[in-house]
Amino acid sequence: MAWTRDQMAARAAKELKDGFYVNLGIGIPTLVSNYVPEDVDITLQSENGMLGVGPFPFDNEVDPDIINAGKQTVTEVKGTSYFSSADSFAMIRGGHIDLSILGAMEVAENGDLANWMIPGKMVKGMGGAMDLVAGVKRVIVTMEHVSKDGQSKLLKECTLPLTGRRVVDMVISELGVFTIDKHGPGGVTLVQLADGITVDEVKAKTKAKLAIGAGLKVA
Amino acid sequence: MANKVYTDAKSALDGLLRDNLMLMCGGFGLVGIPDKLIEAVRDSGVKGLTCVSNNAGIDGAGLGLLLETGQVKKMISSYVGENKTFAKLYLEGKLEIEFNPQGTLAERCRAGGAGIPAFYTKTGVGTQVAEGKETKVFDGEEYVMERGLVGDIALVKAWKGDKSGNLVFRKAARNFNPMMATAAKVCVAEVEELVEVGQLEPDHVHTPAVYVKRIFCGAPYEKKIEQRTVRKA
Repeated sequence: MAWTRDQMAARAAKELKDGFYVNLGIGIPTLVSNYVPEDVDITLQSENGMLGVGPFPFDNEVDPDIINAGKQTVTEVKGTSYFSSADSFAMIRGGHIDLSILGAMEVAENGDLANWMIPGKMVKGMGGAMDLVAGVKRVIVTMEHVSKDGQSKLLKECTLPLTGRRVVDMVISELGVFTIDKHGPGGVTLVQLADGITVDEVKAKTKAKLAIGAGLKVA
Repeated sequence: MANKVYTDAKSALDGLLRDNLMLMCGGFGLVGIPDKLIEAVRDSGVKGLTCVSNNAGIDGAGLGLLLETGQVKKMISSYVGENKTFAKLYLEGKLEIEFNPQGTLAERCRAGGAGIPAFYTKTGVGTQVAEGKETKVFDGEEYVMERGLVGDIALVKAWKGDKSGNLVFRKAARNFNPMMATAAKVCVAEVEELVEVGQLEPDHVHTPAVYVKRIFCGAPYEKKIEQRTVRKA
């Protein structure tokens, strides 16, 4: 069985290390906070100017001035701090955030990422995505492996306008986990298969140059 | 000391507004937006405005008010997905948009206000954002040059302010407000609570009085929530 959205989030959560400062995007990345291992303590950063983001509030504790970057109401945790947008992106661009997990429309074998616009459609803007992928130490993409019309999203080259060049370190899709050699010519390596998924199925749905990690059975 | 205190948004903007101004607006989503000042700009009827703001409000709130009346010529923003009026005007060719990455937008305002005409950033290198812009390699990595931004009027919203113009923001309502306050010829601030000089703890002031030329208390405020998300008790 291919992984569900929650299983993809749970797998991404295994990449978290104790003490990490982490920025989570909207969608599957948001679910990652539900699967943080018990022995791992992380601090969530929200690019609108909050470090130490807690869960959604109970109905009686909603504060209109406490939102995350998705404009959702959230809560503080012990040790929360607030700062300006310039300070927020100083910590992002300056390499002080350990990990960013976000969604994608396309990822290329050299780590190029496209996730902000489709030409010809109404463009909403890139928000903080370009800053995050340029500045955060490690970037993990969680995404469906193929688009709604059946096209592979793990490609030789992105066809959509880029969000960042050579920025993605790892992709987690419903089919498995892939590492990317973003500084070299190594391309994409399949390092883990989702339960019941075969290497052939992954190959059939991947257009990027794909290596198969040691220990994975080639059927 | 020269008086900076005004009774309301209309009087605080008196003599400042005219067509084709560039307005620097604080706020993220609907949090920390200068509601009362935006309403007063709408009521003034000035048009051809360029608004520098992370978002464009929503229909019926924030800068959405100025879009509905056709007073905005151009937006410089990072994300405008929440506003249907925006999409309609844009598709009809009645509104220009310049998208900036959010951190680049924040830094352009910070730099502009700090007297820095340009800076280099790695954000956007190799993307549309860098097209036509100067790039330079530092220590083996490519950076793109971005310009500082300075507008005509900054419209900001703070939690508390004193009569000299010192400002304190509340929680995530700080966002773009401190940079916008610095990045214009004139900054007008609306506050939820206006106190006497000396009543703010000096160590707690976020925006020092030098930046704020005019200030008024806009209370009462009805704070809108864009995405009310709760968990079950």
